[in-house]
Amino acid sequence: MSPADSNARPLRILVCIKQVPKAQELQVDPVTQTLKRVGVPSEINPPDANALEIALTLKDRHAAEVVVLSMGPTSFDESLERAVAMGADRAVLLTDRILGGSDTVPTAYALSETIQKIGGYDLILTGEETTDASTGHVGPGIAGHLDLPQITYVSEVRIVDGTVRARRTAEDGTEWWQTAMPSLCTVNFGCNKPRSPTLTGKIRVKRGGVIAHWSCADVGIDPKKVGLLNSPTIVAKVDTIRLPPRAGHIFSGEPKETVRALLEALIRDRVIAP
Amino acid sequence: MTDGHGLEDKSHFRGVWVFLEGRAGHLRDVSTQLIGEGRRLADLRGTPLTGILPGKGVDALAEQAIGYGLDRVIVVDDPILEIYRSRPYAQVMAQLIRRHKPEIVLFGASKNGRDLGGRLHAILETGLAADCVKFDIDAEGNLDMIRPSFGGKSLAHILCKKHRPQMASVRRNVFVAPPHNPERRGEIVREVVELSPQDADATLLEFEEFTKEGGLRPEEADIVVSGGYGLADPKNFALLQELADRLGGAIAASRKAVDSGWVPKTLQVGQTGMTVRPKLYIAVGISGAVQHLAGMQEAEKILVINIDPKAPLFEIADYGIVGDLFEIVPELVRQLDALKGGDASDRRAVPAEAR
Amino acid sequence: MERFDAIVVGAGPAGSAAALTLARKGFSTLLVERGRSPGVKGMFGGRIYSWALHDLLPDWAKDCPVERYVVHENMAFLAEDTALTISFDSPKLGEGRSASFTALRAKFDSWLAKKAQEAGAVLVTGIRVDGLWQEDGRIRGVLVAPNDRVAADVVVIAEGATSVLTRSAGLKADLEPREVSVGVKETIELPAEAIQERFGLGDKEGAAFVFAGQASLGLRGGGFLYTNQSTISLGLVVSSEDLAREKVEIQEVQTRFRMHPAVQRWIRGGKVTEYSAHLVPELGAGMMPRLWGDGVLVAGDAAGFLINNGYTFRGVDLAIASGIAAGEAVEAARAAGGPRAANLQVYEKFLRSRNVLPDLERFRRAPLYMKNERLFDVYPRMLLEIAERLYTVDGSGKERLADIVLREAGAAEVPKWKLLLDLLQGARSM
Ligand SMILES: Cc1cc2nc3c(=O)[nH]c(=O)nc-3n(C[C@H](O)[C@H](O)[C@H](O)COP(=O)(O)OP(=O)(O)OC[C@H]3O[C@@H](n4cnc5c(N)ncnc54)[C@H](O)[C@@H]3O)c2cc1C
Ligand SMILES: Cc1cc2nc3c(=O)[nH]c(=O)nc-3n(C[C@H](O)[C@H](O)[C@H](O)COP(=O)(O)OP(=O)(O)OC[C@H]3O[C@@H](n4cnc5c(N)ncnc54)[C@H](O)[C@@H]3O)c2cc1C
Ligand SMILES: Cc1cc2nc3c(=O)[nH]c(=O)nc-3n(C[C@H](O)[C@H](O)[C@H](O)COP(=O)(O)OP(=O)(O)OC[C@H]3O[C@@H](n4cnc5c(N)ncnc54)[C@H](O)[C@@H]3O)c2cc1C
Repeated sequence: MSPADSNARPLRILVCIKQVPKAQELQVDPVTQTLKRVGVPSEINPPDANALEIALTLKDRHAAEVVVLSMGPTSFDESLERAVAMGADRAVLLTDRILGGSDTVPTAYALSETIQKIGGYDLILTGEETTDASTGHVGPGIAGHLDLPQITYVSEVRIVDGTVRARRTAEDGTEWWQTAMPSLCTVNFGCNKPRSPTLTGKIRVKRGGVIAHWSCADVGIDPKKVGLLNSPTIVAKVDTIRLPPRAGHIFSGEPKETVRALLEALIRDRVIAP
Repeated sequence: MTDGHGLEDKSHFRGVWVFLEGRAGHLRDVSTQLIGEGRRLADLRGTPLTGILPGKGVDALAEQAIGYGLDRVIVVDDPILEIYRSRPYAQVMAQLIRRHKPEIVLFGASKNGRDLGGRLHAILETGLAADCVKFDIDAEGNLDMIRPSFGGKSLAHILCKKHRPQMASVRRNVFVAPPHNPERRGEIVREVVELSPQDADATLLEFEEFTKEGGLRPEEADIVVSGGYGLADPKNFALLQELADRLGGAIAASRKAVDSGWVPKTLQVGQTGMTVRPKLYIAVGISGAVQHLAGMQEAEKILVINIDPKAPLFEIADYGIVGDLFEIVPELVRQLDALKGGDASDRRAVPAEAR
Repeated sequence: MERFDAIVVGAGPAGSAAALTLARKGFSTLLVERGRSPGVKGMFGGRIYSWALHDLLPDWAKDCPVERYVVHENMAFLAEDTALTISFDSPKLGEGRSASFTALRAKFDSWLAKKAQEAGAVLVTGIRVDGLWQEDGRIRGVLVAPNDRVAADVVVIAEGATSVLTRSAGLKADLEPREVSVGVKETIELPAEAIQERFGLGDKEGAAFVFAGQASLGLRGGGFLYTNQSTISLGLVVSSEDLAREKVEIQEVQTRFRMHPAVQRWIRGGKVTEYSAHLVPELGAGMMPRLWGDGVLVAGDAAGFLINNGYTFRGVDLAIASGIAAGEAVEAARAAGGPRAANLQVYEKFLRSRNVLPDLERFRRAPLYMKNERLFDVYPRMLLEIAERLYTVDGSGKERLADIVLREAGAAEVPKWKLLLDLLQGARSM
C-alpha cells in the first residue's frame, strides 16, 4: 500500500535548492503593461522553485513532509527561509568551508550523503539545471550515487498507489514514466507557478529553528572527496565572447515611419530583397 | 555505487568514444554531429573512434553509424535496452568504460544524453563538462572542453586532468555532421553486460509525440520570426505567421511562450531549446534573457521589436523598432505587401543572398 | 495553526506603537505589514510632533532617525508669482515635549517597528492581510488566503487611510469623496550644506513651510515643504472633490506648485527622486467611525485620526498615541474578562487620556473651516494684493492699511460681515 494512502507514515519529499544570482530583470509586463522591476540580488534557482511547488502540491494532496536542502554558504539561508515561508516543513543547509569549489561530482556526492543523513525519503526533487553553471548534472548525479530510479525533465508528478508517475518532456514528445519509491525527478523550469510565501510560513521562519546547519563532519562526508582539489574538473579559464558588432539601428516613433525606415534599412543592407 | 579513480597513470586510457542515439531507424542528428567532432579528436590523439550503441536489434543502425566515420561500434543488444532508461544505460556505459578504459567519452547534450551523463559521471566519479561547443587538446594531452557560461556571454574551458575518462556532452547543431559514406568499413563488436529485469526500474506508461509542424523548421530557415511572452495570447501567433509568410520564414518562440502552451515545444529557441543561425532572426515581444540569447545570438542579423526600449535584446540588435508589436507587425505586413505590389501570396521577400 | 494573543495589521506608526505597547504588556503579538519593509508603502510629508513618542519611548531621541528638528516655522501665501511669508523662529521649538522633527518615513517606520520587535512582537513583512477571520460575529484572527489564517484573541487594525479591513469589519461607513483629500509628495535631493545655507539652518536644524492660495490653484488644500538632512519633502494635500469638479489631476497641481518662484528658490538645482500619492482622510471627531467591536480595535489613520487645518498637519503623533491607547484598552479588556466589544469600549477612555480625542475635538471645526473656499482662494489673493501695495513704492501717495484691506475685500467681492465671520471662525478652530 502506498505510504500516501496508509496512515503509517507521511511521505517525505526532499527538494534540492541552490541559491543563484538573480537575473537582472527590467521589462514591461505584457499583461499589465507596467515596468517590472525586480532588483533583489539572489533568488532560488528558478527551476528549483518549480520543484518546490510540485512538492508542496503533493503535500496539499497527501500527508507529506517537505524538507528542502542546499549545499552552500550561510547566505543560502535566505532562499531556504523563503522555501519554508512558501510551505516547506524544514530545511537543511550543508555548509562547510571544505566544500568550496566543488564541481558536480562532489556536489552530487555531498548532497547524497546529506540526503542519507536526513533519511526516510520517498521522493527527491531537483531542478533541471541552474541558471549559473547550468550543467544539469547534479540531479542525475544524486540518483547515481544513491542508486535510485530517476526521471528527468518532468513537469508534473503524481503519487499513485505508492509509485511515482511523472510527465517528462523529451525531444520528440511527452512521456509518462512510473517508478517505485524512493526515486528522483528533475523538474522543468516554468512548469508551474511557484506559490507566494504565506503568513503562517513567515511566522514559522521568524520563530526560528526551521533551518539546520550541518557541517561535513556532522553528515560524515569524506573531506577527501569534496572541494576544489577533489573535483575532477576545473574551470581552467573563462574567455569573454566577442560577439560580432551589431549595427544597432533602432527606430522609434510613429509605426508607419519606423516601419518604413526599417524596411529601407533592410533593403539597403540587402537583408531582404526589395 | 561509485568508482573514484584517483589516477596515477592515465596511459591505460585510450580511444575516443561517442554515445549513439537512434530514433526510428536513424541516428539522431546530434549523434552524427558527434561522430564528426569525435573523428577529429581521435585523429588528433592518434586513437580509434568508437561508437557505443546500446539497444535492441540495432545492427543496421550500427552499420549506418560507421558510414559517418567510426572505426568501430560496440553494440550491446538487450531487450531491456529497447528504449532509453537511465539505470540500465548507465550500467552498460559504466561497465564498458571499466572494461575498455577510453580516454574520452562524448554524449549529445540531448535530454537523454544529459540524463545519462549526469548519472554516469557520479558512478564513475570522473569529470563531465556540460553542453560543450568546442574542443581542443592542451599541451599535456588533456581534452580542453569549452562550454558557454553565464548564458553565452563567455566561454569556460573545462579540464579534467587527473581523472579518466574525460567526458563531455555536446550541444546540438554546433558541429557539422560529416557526409555519410556507405562504403566505409568498420568493426561491429557485440558485448554483453549483465542486466536483470530489475534494472528496468522505470516504466514508460505513455508517449505522446509532438505534432510535427508542417511548415519550415526554424533550424533550416533563412528567416526566423520568433515570438515571446509579449504576444500575450496564443492567437496572436497568427500575426507572426502572416509576417513569416511574407518573408518565407519559419516561426519559433521563446520558452516563456512555449511554457504558456501557446506554441509547441519543438519551436523553442534557446539554451534548453534549439540553436538557430538564420540570416535574419526577428524577435517579437521577447525580452532577451541569457537563456534565449544562447539559442540565437549567432544569427547573421537580428531584428528586435519590443515596446520596452530597455529590453536587453536591443543590445545585440542590428535593427530594432521600439513600439507595440500589435501596431508594428501589422504595419510591417502592410508595407511589405505594398512593396510587392499588393499581391503577397506568391511574391515573397527572399534573402538577398538567395537571389 | 499559528496563534497569538494579538495581531496588529499594518506596521505604520499606529501599528508599531500598538504592537510595542502590547508586547511590553506581555501579549504575544504579531505585527503584519504588506510592504517589503515598514514604511516603503507609505508616503510622508516629513514632520512629526514628538509628544506621543515621549510617552511611548521616553528616550526616543537617542536613536530615532531624526532628519532635522524644526526651529523655523513658515506660512506662505502664494499668488500667481508673488508670495507673502510669515516666519516664526525659535530654538525652543526643537526642545521638550512640543518638539517636532522631520523624518523619512522608510527609516522612521522601520525604526519604530524594530522597537516593537525588540519588545517581543513578531514582525512579518511582505504579507497583505486579505481579511479578518470572523466567526459567530466575532473576530478570530486574520486571513491571507483560505488556508493561510492566523488566530488571535484580538486584532488591532492599523492599516492606514484605505481602511479596507475596517469597513469589512463593519466598523465604518464607506468614505465619500468629500471626506478624503489626495496627498502627493516629492522628495528632492539637495546637499545638506545647500539646505543649511538656503534656509539658514544649523546642523540638525530644520525648517517647515505651509503654503496657501495658488499653491493648490485655489482649491481647498495646501502645500508643505520640510527640510530633511539632504532632501526636501515637497507636497500638497487637495480636496478630492475639488479636483474632480475642476477636472484637474493632482500631478498637474503639484507641478505648477513646484514651479512657483517662491518654491523654486528653495529647491533650485535639486533632483526629484521620489513621487507618491496617497489618500488623506478628512474626518474630524464629528465623523468618528465606530472604533471597536468583538475582538477588534481600529487605530491611526484607519480610524480617521488626522488633523489638517491648513496650518498644521498631524497624523503620526495621533497614530502613535492611538496605538498606545489600543494596547492599553486590550490590557484593560483582558482584566475585565476578554476582548469583547463591551470590554474594549475602554478604548475611548484611553483615547481621551492619551489626548487623541481632545485634540481632535478641539480641531473639530477645522474640516468645516477648510470647506470655506475663501480661505484658499480669496483671502490669500487679498493678502498678496495688500502686501504688493504696501511694498510697492513708486512715488504716488501712500494709503492707510485699513483702507487697503477694505478696498481689496470689496474688489474680491466679499461682504464685510463675511470677512469678519471667517476671521472669527478661523480663530476659533485654530
Ligand atoms: C562557468 C562554470 C562552468 C562550470 N562547468 C562545469 C562543468 O562543466 N562540469 C562540472 O562538473 N562542474 C562545472 N562547474 C561547477 C558547478 O558550478 C558546480 O559543480 C555546482 O556545485 C553545481 O553545478 P550546477 O550549478 O551546474 O548545478 P546543476 O547540475 O545545473 O543543478 C541541477 C539541480 O541540482 C540541485 N543543486 C545543484 N547545486 C546544488 C546545491 N549546491 N545545493 C542544493 N541543490 C543543488 C538543484 O536542484 C539544481 O536545480 C562549472 C562552474 C562554473 C562557474
Ligand atoms: C533553466 C532555464 C532554462 C531556460 N531556457 C530557455 C530557453 O531555452 N529559451 C528561452 O527563450 N528561455 C529560456 N529560459 C527562460 C528565460 O530565462 C526567460 O524567462 C524567457 O526567455 C523569457 O521569455 P520572453 O522574452 O518571451 O518573456 P518576457 O521576459 O516576459 O518578455 C516579454 C517581452 O515582451 C515585451 N512586450 C510586452 N508587450 C509588448 C507589446 N505589446 N509589444 C512589444 N513588446 C511587448 C516586453 O517588453 C518584454 O521584453 C530558461 C530559463 C531557465 C531558468
Ligand atoms: C501627503 C501627506 C503628508 C503628510 N504629512 C504629515 C506630516 O507632516 N506629519 C504628520 O504627522 N502626518 C502627516 N501625514 C499623515 C500621516 O502620514 C498619517 O497620519 C500616518 O502615517 C498614519 O499612520 P498609520 O500608522 O495610521 O497609517 P499608515 O502610516 O498609513 O500605515 C499603515 C500601514 O499598514 C500597511 N497596511 C495597509 N493595509 C494592510 C494590510 N491589509 N495588510 C498588511 N499591511 C497593511 C501599510 O502598508 C502601511 O505600512 C501626511 C499624509 C500625507 C498623505
